[in-house]
Amino acid sequence: MWEVAIIYGFINSVILALTALGFSLTFGISGVPNFAYGAMYIFAGFVSWLLLNKLELPFFASALIAIAFTAILGAAMYRFVLLRVRGLVISEVIATFGVGLIILELFRYLGFSGFEYTLPVFSDGSLLIGHTYVDYQRLWIVGVGILLAIGLYFFTHHTKIGLAFRGIAQDEHTALSLGINSDRIAGLSVAFGSGLAAVAAILILPRGTISVNDGYDVLINAMAVCIIGGLGSSVGVVLASFIIGYAQIMTDILSGPQWKMIISLIAILVILVVKPSGLLGKQKELEERI
Amino acid sequence: MKQRRKERIDRGIKARSDDVFSLNSFREMLYVAVPPLAPVLILLILPLELPSYWQKVLVSTCVFALLAMSWDFLVGVGMVSLGQALFFGVGAYIAGISNKILGLPIWIDIPIATVLGGAICAVLLTPVLRLRGVYFSMVTLVLPLMLERIVEASGAFGGTEGISGITPFPNSYTESYLIVFATLFALFAFRRLVTTDYGLVLKAIKDNDRAVMSVGINIYWMKAQALFISGCVGAFCGAFITHVYGFVGMPSFALDYSILPLSSAVVGGMGTFAGSFLGAFILVPLSEALRGIGGLRIVLYSFFLVFFIVALPEGIFHYIQRKYQQFERWVEVDK
Repeated sequence: MWEVAIIYGFINSVILALTALGFSLTFGISGVPNFAYGAMYIFAGFVSWLLLNKLELPFFASALIAIAFTAILGAAMYRFVLLRVRGLVISEVIATFGVGLIILELFRYLGFSGFEYTLPVFSDGSLLIGHTYVDYQRLWIVGVGILLAIGLYFFTHHTKIGLAFRGIAQDEHTALSLGINSDRIAGLSVAFGSGLAAVAAILILPRGTISVNDGYDVLINAMAVCIIGGLGSSVGVVLASFIIGYAQIMTDILSGPQWKMIISLIAILVILVVKPSGLLGKQKELEERI
Repeated sequence: MKQRRKERIDRGIKARSDDVFSLNSFREMLYVAVPPLAPVLILLILPLELPSYWQKVLVSTCVFALLAMSWDFLVGVGMVSLGQALFFGVGAYIAGISNKILGLPIWIDIPIATVLGGAICAVLLTPVLRLRGVYFSMVTLVLPLMLERIVEASGAFGGTEGISGITPFPNSYTESYLIVFATLFALFAFRRLVTTDYGLVLKAIKDNDRAVMSVGINIYWMKAQALFISGCVGAFCGAFITHVYGFVGMPSFALDYSILPLSSAVVGGMGTFAGSFLGAFILVPLSEALRGIGGLRIVLYSFFLVFFIVALPEGIFHYIQRKYQQFERWVEVDK
C-alpha cells in the first residue's frame, strides 16, 4: 500500500505542479492576477475536443491549435480587459474572475457535460513499477511536467523575456527605466500562462471526462500551490506541489477521496496565517502583510 | 486649435438646500427630501400592490440588495470579498439547525442566526485579517467552497440532502415587510455609520492602514468588528431565505450568492450603499424578466461585472447623483 502511495503521490504532485505552472508564471512571477486560469484550462480541453470530433483533425494538430487558441484568448483578455484596470489590484481580480465565470458558465449553458467529452490518451497500455501498474499517460504527464518545470526555471532565470517577467513584478518603474515595456511583457505573461494551462489540460484531461466544475478546482489547486510555494519562486511551486500532492494522496488513502480537495483549501488557510509570503517567497513579504 | 473641456458646477438649488441648508421653498425641501424618501415609499407600497409571484422577486431582490450592501461595507474597509456566500451559508445553516433540530421558534432563531453567524464568520476570517488585497479575496473565495465540501464529505447537517421542513413565515406580508424593513434599515444605518468617527477610522484603514496603526488604533480589532457587522447582515439574509424556502442545504454556499451581490455593487456604484441597493434592484428583476435564459444568469451577471469594472467603474448611482447635483457645460481651455 505504501508503494502505491509513494508512486501515486509522486504522480499527483507532478500533476499539481503542471496545473500550477501557468498560474505561477502569470501571478507568481509577473504579478498579474489571472483568475480566469481554470476557465482557460477547460477552454483548451473543449476546443481540442471540438477540433478532434467535429472537424476530425488529428489529435496532435488539434492539441497544438487548442494551445495556440488559449494563448490568444489570454492575450485578448489582457488587451481588452486587464490592460484597462492595470494597477487596480481589486479590479484586476474581479475582472479576471468575471471573465473566467463567463467562459465556464457559458460552456455549462451550452450543454458541455457528459461522458462523451473525453480526450484520447497519448499511448495506451501501462507499465509495472514494483507491484504497481502505472499507465503510460501518467508517465507522459510526469515526463512533460518535469521538463516544463525545469524549462520554466531556465526561462525565468536565463532568458531576456523571462527576466523581464520577474522584473515587472519586482519593480515596475525600474523595469520601465531599463527599457522593458511592462504592458507588453504583462500581456505576454498572461498569454504564456494561458498557453501553459492549455498544455496541462491536453496532458491531464485524458484521465477522465472534461467537466466545467474542474475549472474551479484547477484554479483553487493552482492558487494553493502558488500561495504555499511563495510568489516569484519556481522552486517553491515544485516544493508546494509535492507537499500538497502527498498530503492529498495520504488523505485519499486514510479517509476517503471526498476529503481530497479540502486538503488544498486547508493548506491555503494555514500557510496564509503562518507565513503569507509562502515557503520560499521573497518578494512582497512586507507589502502584503500588515 | 481651440480646445474645450467639460466644466461641472453645482446647481444653485444644491448649494442652497444642501450646503447652506436654508430651505425657503417647497421645491428646495423636495430637492432634499425626495432622494431618501423615494426608495422608502416605493418599498413600503410594493408588497401591497405586487402579485404574489413578483412579491417573491421583491423578497429575493431585497436579500441581494442586503448582501450587496454588506459587500460594499467590507470594500469600504479595504477587504474585497469574493465569497459573500460564506456569510449567507453560515446564517442559513444556523437558522436551519436551530429551528429544525433545537426546535426554536422562528422569531428567536433568526436573531440568533444573525448574531452567531456574524460572529462565526468574523472568527473564521480572523487569520486573514493581517493580509490585504488579493490574498483576502482568495481566502474568501475558498472558504465557502471548503465549507460546502466539508458538508458534502462529512454528511453533517443532512449532507447533500440538506435539512427540509423548516417553519415558514406565517404569511407572505410578514415575509415581505420583514425583509423590506431590514433592507431600508441597513441602507440608512450603513450610510450613517460611514459618516461617524467610527466609520472614518474604518475608511482610513482602507486608505492607509499603517497610518491608522501609528496613531495607536488596533486595526485588526476594527477589521474584525467590520467583518462582524457585514457578517451579521449576510447571515440574516441566509436565515431569512432558509425560512422562506423551508429548506437549507449545500446550495446556500452557491456561487450565485457571491457573484450577484458583487455585480450589483459594481453596477450600482461602490462606496455609497445606495449604489449597491440600486444595482440589486436593476439586476435581480432583470434576470427574473429574462428567466427564459436559465443557466445564462451567472454569465449575464459576470458580463455586467466585467463590463462595468472595465468601462464604467463609476457605476450608475454616481452618474445619477452627478446629474442631480451638478450641471455640465463646455468651456474653452485658457492658454
